[in-house]
Amino acid sequence: MTPILLIIPLAFAILTLLLPRHWVRAIIIPGLVLQVGAAVLLCMEIYQHGPQDYALGDWQAPLGISLIADGFSVTLLALTALIAALCAIYAQYFLTRYPREQRYFWPLFWFLLAALNGIWLAGDLFNLYVGLELLGLSAVGMVALTAEKTTLKAALDYLYAALFGSLAYLAGVALLYGAYGTLSIAQLSDMAAANPTTQVALALMTVGLLLKTAIFPLHYWLPPAHGGALAPVSALLSALVVKASFYILALLWLDVGALAVTVTAAQAMGALGAGAIFWGSWQAFQTRQIKMLVAYSTVAQLGYLMLLFPLAIGVSEAAAQLAWQGTILHLLAHAFAKAAMFLAVGTLVLALGHGRINDFGGVSQRNPVALFAFGLSAVSLMGLPPSGGFNAKWLLLQSAIASGQWHWFVVMIIGGLLTAAYVFRVFRVSFLQSAKHEIQDTHPALQLSALALALMAIALGFVSELPLSLMNLTDIAPATMGGTP
Amino acid sequence: MTALLPVFVLATSLITAVLIFILPERYYRLRVSLNLAAAVLKIVLVAVMIAGIANQVDYEFRYELLPGIDLVLRADALSMLFAGLSSVLWLFTTLYAIGYLEGAPNRSRFFGFFSLCVASTMGIALAGNLFTFLIFFELLTLSTYPLVVHRGTEESLRAGRTYLKYTLGGGAVLLVGVALMYGLVDQTGTMTEFAETGTLSALPSEQHFTLAVIFFVLIAGLGVKAALVPLHGWLPVAMVAPAPVSALLHAVAVVKAGAFGIVRVIYNIYGVEFAWQLGVLLPLAILASITIIWGSLRALQQVEMKKRLAYSTVSQVSYIALGACLFGPIGTIGGIVHLLHQGIMKVTLFFCAGNYAETLGIHKIKDLDGVGRRMPLTSIAFTLGAFGMIGVPPLAGFISKWYLGIGALDAGMGWVIGVLILSSMLNAGYFLPIVYRLWFKPKQGPWPDEHIKAARFETHGLLLWPTVATAVFSLAAGLFAAHAWSPLSWASLIAFREYLP
Repeated sequence: MTPILLIIPLAFAILTLLLPRHWVRAIIIPGLVLQVGAAVLLCMEIYQHGPQDYALGDWQAPLGISLIADGFSVTLLALTALIAALCAIYAQYFLTRYPREQRYFWPLFWFLLAALNGIWLAGDLFNLYVGLELLGLSAVGMVALTAEKTTLKAALDYLYAALFGSLAYLAGVALLYGAYGTLSIAQLSDMAAANPTTQVALALMTVGLLLKTAIFPLHYWLPPAHGGALAPVSALLSALVVKASFYILALLWLDVGALAVTVTAAQAMGALGAGAIFWGSWQAFQTRQIKMLVAYSTVAQLGYLMLLFPLAIGVSEAAAQLAWQGTILHLLAHAFAKAAMFLAVGTLVLALGHGRINDFGGVSQRNPVALFAFGLSAVSLMGLPPSGGFNAKWLLLQSAIASGQWHWFVVMIIGGLLTAAYVFRVFRVSFLQSAKHEIQDTHPALQLSALALALMAIALGFVSELPLSLMNLTDIAPATMGGTP
Repeated sequence: MTALLPVFVLATSLITAVLIFILPERYYRLRVSLNLAAAVLKIVLVAVMIAGIANQVDYEFRYELLPGIDLVLRADALSMLFAGLSSVLWLFTTLYAIGYLEGAPNRSRFFGFFSLCVASTMGIALAGNLFTFLIFFELLTLSTYPLVVHRGTEESLRAGRTYLKYTLGGGAVLLVGVALMYGLVDQTGTMTEFAETGTLSALPSEQHFTLAVIFFVLIAGLGVKAALVPLHGWLPVAMVAPAPVSALLHAVAVVKAGAFGIVRVIYNIYGVEFAWQLGVLLPLAILASITIIWGSLRALQQVEMKKRLAYSTVSQVSYIALGACLFGPIGTIGGIVHLLHQGIMKVTLFFCAGNYAETLGIHKIKDLDGVGRRMPLTSIAFTLGAFGMIGVPPLAGFISKWYLGIGALDAGMGWVIGVLILSSMLNAGYFLPIVYRLWFKPKQGPWPDEHIKAARFETHGLLLWPTVATAVFSLAAGLFAAHAWSPLSWASLIAFREYLP
């Protein structure tokens, strides 16, 4: 079952590259249905039979490529399939204005999906590297789609960041392989000890991944890239792509290198997170362009993810558990909410013909659904109930209390208020009675796909138990080793 | 069935909100019927539950939101008092709003958020633990903001910003308090459930200091919405909202949510006896007294009708907190019954202010000379509401003040009597001149801006009759206070259950 999730997107990537234009449109929906269906089936399988370890071609580690489907990875697979499907539906209508871009969007879209799925399933550090490279390249390609001067510049910066990040990561991988002779995550987590080699390797990989995740102060490339890309691209990048490198970072610190990391280093990671929250929010508060606001909001929200490290390293098991749960929920909630927000904003910009926040008057009358989607996703981002974002914040707060780390508690409370400060800028203006200029109608599918994602962010507040119980399935039962497809 | 009834009560306004958002602006009749049908249905459901509570039926709905944390909707005597108040006033405010907004733009948005606001209020009333309370408390902030800025003018947007600063800040403080309560005190998940006579008294004395600190954090969070001085700044500013919104904000929704929360924390989390032993009630009582006097003093200085009413709310709502701090059943009755009495009296006054503004264009108090003859029914309603606020027998406000006074003596806090007398004098000081102008001063020149000509009635029927109805309620609540189903009897029932060992 597991490799199908790689085969489907790769097959569709090649199909969309080769087939003539009108065929490409026709296979979008079947492809999405297949992808979502396969992800859901795998989820159910894991839920019933426990995690699986699949060795490609039956070669076992350390030689072969192993795919590991545990509760964490299938949740992310399902998330990816779901968000990608809604973004694709949106893109189908959105891209009718961009015939040339459309040609390249779909192959890149499927490559991106294949790379993401590959990262979620990878069982060793080298596969993660391959996934990262493929992800970086397809993401850069998507940013560069419109080929305007500004987006090309942004894409180029992004490319350099991605390449340098991968390079640093690869150097770390090489060091680890030299020291331990294996790259399997499961084996390394038993072997990697707190020696200088491991620590240098981890440091290199961490820097690379921080750059790729756009963690403050290495976030410089993200706002122009995410803010300048086409709306469905921005949604995919902010919701999923940056999460992939964070996922690897979390694996490295809490699994592979769990024995080698120190509490001080974890606190330093948290400090970066706090910096991201404050700096990103402040920039979002300052900017005049709505898409930049949403992009800076991503910078800020990624900061919360970084709090995982101080909250989960060197504390009691109960506190670490809460931190994990909170981080996972935050990752999911932010993915839904941010995708929804970018799609909603894309619709509003399309309707108005510009993205200047201060001239947003009148959209509440003419484009209520998109604005409502923006509002719902903002509720989750601010961490107000009922929403996935609130549940995540609650768990993280409880974790901070349980480990007595009051400084992170304060950071999170203030972070919520800062988020409110910048999102309410948009509402404030949207309630202005008079429209300054013509507002066009937009296709209902654009508004509704944004709304669907926003509703998912809210609904996550009521079904948080589901991903959290899936997450607990991490131990691979020996009976399923080398499992069947 | 008994588990689902609280959910149905919540759903009546939640589903209405969704349907109204979906309905296009032009379906005027359908929207009106939907609104009214839902409001009536809710009153019926609440009435069924009130009857059930009197007979000791338990209504409880539970749903696990996070590991070990439940969303709990539960009906007890106190929640039904608040639910009853909001469901009845929702009906009248909806009727009033339909008349008030006739022909105005964005009614779909208005009524959608209006219903959402009532749903939040219902959620606050029915919340069975602190966590659930927090959820609906924040939802209330979100659903009232669009109502405050509804007009979309610069002034209302500015007011909206102030409103958000205060309420989101207060919400964050409340979140801190609730998170501390769960993280530091309540390891089992049972101590944050609202229970009659409280849940914390069994805790060892080493935790008492923590508990006192958390108490004040919670009160600070709730105090913003309850407009305790110095956290009251948003209330007078939010006056730019349309009159039905002001009525709702002041009578049931926002300020009441804060006051209700304070009552919940004192009685159903800490337990009044334990809170008294902790020594946290006296500081709160002093703060409430300061608010009562300060609000009245500020009201005296206002020249605009709605501003004066707003400061009067600041003052009056603190009677509830004050009553909650008086240890002893009589004081409790006074505080709790005022929750309801203040609601019906204040809604009447705001309806009247809206009528004067909509009918004759009068916003300033000095323009009210001789209006009594032009709009007799509205002015009678205003007079009743004003006398009630002053505490003239046999109106509702008198009952509240009487019980508060006796309760203060019982609790050994005689100085509260002084506060009550001073406040009543100040109340008279800012209400009586208005009443005098209405009835005894001759009309001076033409009305500022007469929208609605006197025809069969003095103003639009939908503006007039809800006003008259609520005025009659505030009279009846005082006249028939001894009746078995009066607010006073219900408050006595609550107080009785709170003081059971």
